[in-house]
Amino acid sequence: MILAAGHPGFLSPTGVEIAFVLVGLVTFGAALVTVATRQLVHAALWLVVTLGGLAVEYLLLTAEFIAWVQVLIYLGSVVVLLLFGLMLTKAPIGRSPDADSGNRPVALAAALVAAALLVWVVVDAFRSTWIDLSTVQGSTDVAGRSLFQHWVLPFEALSVLLLAALVGAIVLSRRNGRPAGKETR
Amino acid sequence: MNDVLDVAWRLLAVFVAFLVLPLVVGQTEHKVMAHMQGRLGPMYAGGFHGWAQLVADGVKFAQKEDVVPAAADRRVFQLAPAVALLPYLLVLITIPVGPGNAVGQAVDAGVFFVLAVMGVGVLGSVMAGWASANKFSLLGGLRTAAQLLAYELPMLLAAASVAMAAGTVSLSGIIEGFHWWWVPWQLVGAVVFFTAGLAELQRPPFDMPVADSEIIFGAYTEYTGLRFALFLLAEYAGIVVLCGLTTVLFLGGWNGPGGADGLGWLWTLLKTAVLAFGVIWLRVSYPRLREDQLQKLAWTVLIPLALAQIALTGVVKVVISS
Repeated sequence: MILAAGHPGFLSPTGVEIAFVLVGLVTFGAALVTVATRQLVHAALWLVVTLGGLAVEYLLLTAEFIAWVQVLIYLGSVVVLLLFGLMLTKAPIGRSPDADSGNRPVALAAALVAAALLVWVVVDAFRSTWIDLSTVQGSTDVAGRSLFQHWVLPFEALSVLLLAALVGAIVLSRRNGRPAGKETR
Repeated sequence: MNDVLDVAWRLLAVFVAFLVLPLVVGQTEHKVMAHMQGRLGPMYAGGFHGWAQLVADGVKFAQKEDVVPAAADRRVFQLAPAVALLPYLLVLITIPVGPGNAVGQAVDAGVFFVLAVMGVGVLGSVMAGWASANKFSLLGGLRTAAQLLAYELPMLLAAASVAMAAGTVSLSGIIEGFHWWWVPWQLVGAVVFFTAGLAELQRPPFDMPVADSEIIFGAYTEYTGLRFALFLLAEYAGIVVLCGLTTVLFLGGWNGPGGADGLGWLWTLLKTAVLAFGVIWLRVSYPRLREDQLQKLAWTVLIPLALAQIALTGVVKVVISS
């Protein structure tokens, strides 16, 4: 990230910037449909579009590695697991009458507050920094270096957190009424 | 202008390969299975050795009516074959076949790209399974998704081992770093990768999601005509992609006796073809596992082996560099 000397303006956007905004709009629209649709599985499929749109945004910002990891983890694994869960719980074809919990106003308020907070933080943090995209900013090399040199402690702390969550999930799922070790074969 | 033409040529070449190679694998499967199991059907059409079987199949698929079940979710149902097939086309673009510039489009983080995009193909099967409004389809879709839990992790770990060995995640970079002793060094990883890949493609012995004697044809039960053919094409394209990837990652790609220049692409194709033959051979010779047996195999055998391979790679790498 560099501070460009002569400030590029907003009035003469480059092709990449236009594409970024357009993909962003599509992603935003898909996200809205994801939460608004009454058809459960369709919501999951729109989530695919949303997450894929995010991956494209990463690509446009030359963060190739992050983009592929996004596709690998979210599209390839998380959404498939989500669909797996939906299929196990008999998600009907067509509208689910009980898909709406009646909390729309509260959810909308929470979403707006969260969005405002995030936008404020990002705007405040980066104000006038300008990323020069003519050189690759997020290659695997760069991402690896910054992750394992500057951010190695948070990285390891996160992995411990995830491990704890994993162990917790296993413990919880094994304790369904009867003591462990006495499960039906 | 020249650049545009260059890109167009490359994409056209990849597209032609995408249309031809899976059909070659399919035709080979007909013949190999016919020989191994003494089947007469595939040896009949057209006279000599049943050469026209593939043409006959194509005509049959094109003639059949494209039926969408009344209770199905129309759009998801119709979209599913494309979601299953397109990822393999995208992956094929980035697989290098020869030294230098013989690749559709080189990708910096190639290993991640191919694994990520291949994983998206599963969505097609799951979508098909849900949208068909058929219990067998739903079971097939469920099995597909459950299978993902088994193969995804060992496949990634095995690929990570090679990336560690080569010190790069670019596919052509991995081949350029290849030495012959990588084959014994990464052998365990190669076996894990290939086995997990078979599970991803739902090929025997891991074809529980389509098990025809249990759940008709799994997620594809309700499909007819060209859409069904697209799913079959996705399976064969998957074989090409998996064998090509195993070649690139573990068998040295275009390296071979006689040098890589000139005939390098031939080595890639030859290794891929031998692996594809192995995939077909497994189909005629192995019984189908159960879904829980695959989970057990993956979590108690494949993942520990892959982790051991990563440890071995790390140790050897440190010893070499010191």
